[in-house]
Amino acid sequence: MKRSTKLLVTGISASISLTVAAKDLTVVSWGGAYSDSQLKAYSEPYMKMNPDINIINDESSAEAVAKLRAMNEANNVTWDVVDVVASDAIRLCDEGLAMEIDHDDMLAPGVDGSSPEDDFGDLIVSECFIPQIVYSTTFGYRTDKVGDTPPTSVCDVFDTETYPGKRSLEKRPINNMEWALICDGVAKDDVYDVLETPEGQERALAKLGTIKDDVIWWSAGADTPQLLADGEIVMGSTYNGRLFSLIEEKKQPVAMLWDAQVFDLDGWIIPAGLPEDRKQAALDYVYFATDSQRLADQAKYISYGPARLSSAPLVGKHATLGIDMAPHMPTDPKNATNTFLYNYEFWADYRDDIDAKFQAWLAR
Amino acid sequence: MISNLAKRGKVLDSNKDTGFVVFDQVQKSYDGVTLVVKNLNLSIAKGEFVTMLGPSGSGKTTCLMMLAGFETATHGDILLDGQPINDIPPHKRGIGMVFQNYALFPHMTVAENLAFPLQVRNISKSEQQEKVRRALDMVQMSKFANRRPVQLSGGQQQRIALARALVFEPELVLMDEPLGALDKQLREHMQLEIKRLHERLGISVVYVTHDQSEALTMSDRVAVFNDGVIKQLAPPEELYDKPDNAFVAQFIGENNRLIGTVESVDGDYAGVRLASGDLCQALAVNCGAVGEKTTLSIRPERVLIGEAATSNTVEAKVLEQIYLGDHVRCRMSVHGDEEFIVKVPNAPGFSHLEVGQTAQIGWSADDCRALDMDIVR
Amino acid sequence: MLIAPLLIFVLITFIFPISDMLFRSVENDIVSDTLPRTVVALESWSAESQEAPDEDVFAAFYTDLYLAQEYKTHTRLGSRLNYQQTGISSMFRKTGRRVKRFDTDVYTDQFEELDAKWADPSYWASLMNNERVQKQLPETASSYTAWRELMVEEGDNPDAETPEDFVYTSLYRDLMHLSENGASVRNADVRTAMNAVSGFESVSLKEQFIDAEDDWADPKYWATIKLYSGNYTPGYFLNAVDMEQTINGAEVKPENERLYGTLFARTIYMSLFIMGCTILLGYPVAFLLANISRRSANMLLILVLLPFWTSLLVRTSAWKVLLQQQGVINDILVWSGLIDEAGRLIMINNQMGTIIAMTHILLPFMILPLYSVMQTIPPSYVRAAKSLGANDWTAFRRVYFPQSIPGIGAGSILVFIMSIGYYITPEIVGGTQGVFISNRIAYHISSSLNWGLASALGAILLAVVLILYWLYDRFVGIDNMKLG
Repeated sequence: MKRSTKLLVTGISASISLTVAAKDLTVVSWGGAYSDSQLKAYSEPYMKMNPDINIINDESSAEAVAKLRAMNEANNVTWDVVDVVASDAIRLCDEGLAMEIDHDDMLAPGVDGSSPEDDFGDLIVSECFIPQIVYSTTFGYRTDKVGDTPPTSVCDVFDTETYPGKRSLEKRPINNMEWALICDGVAKDDVYDVLETPEGQERALAKLGTIKDDVIWWSAGADTPQLLADGEIVMGSTYNGRLFSLIEEKKQPVAMLWDAQVFDLDGWIIPAGLPEDRKQAALDYVYFATDSQRLADQAKYISYGPARLSSAPLVGKHATLGIDMAPHMPTDPKNATNTFLYNYEFWADYRDDIDAKFQAWLAR
Repeated sequence: MISNLAKRGKVLDSNKDTGFVVFDQVQKSYDGVTLVVKNLNLSIAKGEFVTMLGPSGSGKTTCLMMLAGFETATHGDILLDGQPINDIPPHKRGIGMVFQNYALFPHMTVAENLAFPLQVRNISKSEQQEKVRRALDMVQMSKFANRRPVQLSGGQQQRIALARALVFEPELVLMDEPLGALDKQLREHMQLEIKRLHERLGISVVYVTHDQSEALTMSDRVAVFNDGVIKQLAPPEELYDKPDNAFVAQFIGENNRLIGTVESVDGDYAGVRLASGDLCQALAVNCGAVGEKTTLSIRPERVLIGEAATSNTVEAKVLEQIYLGDHVRCRMSVHGDEEFIVKVPNAPGFSHLEVGQTAQIGWSADDCRALDMDIVR
Repeated sequence: MLIAPLLIFVLITFIFPISDMLFRSVENDIVSDTLPRTVVALESWSAESQEAPDEDVFAAFYTDLYLAQEYKTHTRLGSRLNYQQTGISSMFRKTGRRVKRFDTDVYTDQFEELDAKWADPSYWASLMNNERVQKQLPETASSYTAWRELMVEEGDNPDAETPEDFVYTSLYRDLMHLSENGASVRNADVRTAMNAVSGFESVSLKEQFIDAEDDWADPKYWATIKLYSGNYTPGYFLNAVDMEQTINGAEVKPENERLYGTLFARTIYMSLFIMGCTILLGYPVAFLLANISRRSANMLLILVLLPFWTSLLVRTSAWKVLLQQQGVINDILVWSGLIDEAGRLIMINNQMGTIIAMTHILLPFMILPLYSVMQTIPPSYVRAAKSLGANDWTAFRRVYFPQSIPGIGAGSILVFIMSIGYYITPEIVGGTQGVFISNRIAYHISSSLNWGLASALGAILLAVVLILYWLYDRFVGIDNMKLG
């Protein structure tokens, strides 16, 4: 049904494009407030500049890897630009499903004149990845349920005596295993050396086991904010932008626990094997959408940090709330006293293995 | 007429004390407004075979269902063996019943179907088997004990349904158009079989049908229903020969109707002026006083032709003839009625008529019954 | 002829995907396609030796990996093998980046120094055209052919380009081989080169690899490659039943990694339980529907069907609002004093949540077939039973109920098969104890991309359904099922 509709739609759009000069550009993202921020910061100004381009928004980023693989097998890639998390970008690159990018050649230089490679720096974690934002996975807690001693450390998540009540964690090993090891006394630098070993994995699971009965496991980013708003949980992990909207826009009695926040990256990839004209159109969009000003503009709508160094000074106030966005960025020095960067290399290797053990542990 | 009424009253009264099944002023309404059964009085003797006959919607099936316990009477009592049974649930009434479509349980074998009423009565296994065997023998179906109902023909299913209704030896068996789904030949065969069983077992049977020949063949007495009322309750021959009212005369068998006005009443006979202006002598069965309208009923086979016709003679024109082997059906124009049927036996002594010919016909006043004006059909 | 479109539709949407799934669950050409030379070379290596393979294997691997990284298939292979052996993914990725910078250029340089001809593309082309030379220099011939194909693929002219280092490496190895065996070579250039190579500076490819990624010295990774070198593998199926392929054959996984057995069992017993709940709740409703007036039945039927008009996600989320600890039901219970604040019931994010939500969602699929079967049961059966002396309960039990069994059968099969494949609802309300095998299948399809394992799990699920269907047919009889 879905396929046939799609065929129909492509058929119709194909016949329309014969008569109308406008060219379609399919931009895939996550939907919700995040897509809105991209729409306002990137797509709307881009379409104003290029009236012959018609941007089609798709909200399939959550299944981007599987869908791109299926499209590739069917030899019918309909997407032009896809917003993915860095780990998915790495996998798409590994699978040959994303195009390799020459960042210096294909992207705009920084507003301060720096080359894109320098401007993005270490955030270029894959040859196929064009970084866009830095977000973090961190904890929020109910200010009305923690008494006079609000939690200050990620290890307070494991302290059910001081902070009784349910907490929510993501239903996957990534981040949880690291937090568990840190709170079990492993030094931050040793976390992945320990986690590499079966003993270390068991140790992390054992630590998580101490709160297993108190955990509600989430799989959608919206779950934790909802659970916090309902008062179902006393604290829970989610993306910092979701917590920002819960606290600042919805004014819920919730506060951020930035401690041991895990930075992750989100950015663009361009599917491999696009015909030349579509590839050029996609690159043109990405060139515009990832320049210093555009990345800074996005931060007006959502509290994610721009991936370019040169964008940081350009970050201003929230578009509707009028508050300064800088202090809400995960990269703000006050928030970033104790941070992690998602270890892509490690998780690319250990993801399947540890996930199997983690799921087996969950099912027990 | 008076003697007739008296006779009816006598039957009713005598049965009220001894009747095995008694309907006493029973009324039934589904919606509280229209009565489906109006003030029904009926008494059935032990061992009697009574048929409720009538067109559909006449209330006969409702009466049967009230007796079985699936419908409750809105008013009045139903008595079984002297006991009011209004408050007794169907399964405690001990009445056997044969349904229109047999209602054999499709998930059980023939033997299981027959054993069912015995099982629910907690009869021992060995006795069950014995009774089932006997019941199957009775309907000559012993070979089919292990078949499923769907594997049987209509007639076979009918026998099993009969056996099942009889296997627990009820004293009263109700049958709701049990032969309706069978073809003519099988139906006639089964009629005789049911009749034979009834006689052999000495049970009482209340039988519902809309088929008059079935009713006449099988019953001791027939109750003709119309519009929630019993029009006449009588043995078959009386019902045919001596209908009490125009409805019964018309419903049972073939009938010629002539409409007229009572001009004189003399003892058992009445003089009726027909629409054609002729005067006709008739048996005053159920006609009103002088001056009232009446229906004359004359059976086609009672009409005499030619010299045999001595009373109530009239010139009639032959309009149509149908040769039927044993007799010839002859449609004639009589007293202005063009649908007047005369049956001319195909036998020595009866002259052959031609279409278009005029013949003299007539009938005895005893064969012409002056009845009410209640005509439905 | 009229059914041709339908036939094609069924073929495309049903038979083809299922056979594709079955094929994927055993398919494994990726290893032999990507590493053809390595797979052949590994035949003489045994994992029992507990040592890394010798130089020959590494040389073959060098050529294969060089080509694979040019075609960008090496990381894909790495991901595939990483399902079996953690760590291989990054070994391929890292080594792929390094393999172009291996020290093998010394061979190229030395050959070119020996004779400038070796740097001449047309010389290479004519030499490699010679059948006898091809036979005498098999590795070189294979590498050169592969290199030419690569050039063509990239749009370059192989007759105008000097071969890559790996071709010279093969040449060096072939010539060394010939010279060690004292073979006689007719081609003068080749003979000269053969006599010279023993004096060449050489590079150990094994060391190069280990230098790039020291795990290549670990035989367990090689054992994995060898184990999965066949074109077909039982590996996915073994994995799907909590087993793994080892050099000692199939073995049961350690207890802390067993998952699918539990999930399969849970999926089946919870589906059966949900089916039972829908029977218990659906039967009275269907009975009511079948025994009230047509008008009221239609009204009631609309209520039964109402949930179909809301999205699955909304219905499931509504249960969340009702069942959670701060939810409507708990609030009412606390307000009414039946439970205290501390004793709020946990009714969601566990098996109970899944059972409640799925029973609700699947209830119409039980009610509808039951209703349509009950409609066809004439009231005269129950009347007959009563007239034969059965009380209400006996008449129901012995006569009505047995005739409604086909409806229960149809509803049960419908509900069971639908629930066995559900994953959205369990994901949202099932917590950790209420998720099904389908959740893992969805995970492997969309997240881990392990489509082989997902297919194997799907195939097993299909087999389970077919077996249950067969059992049903055996003991109940499929003819006994009626949808209406």
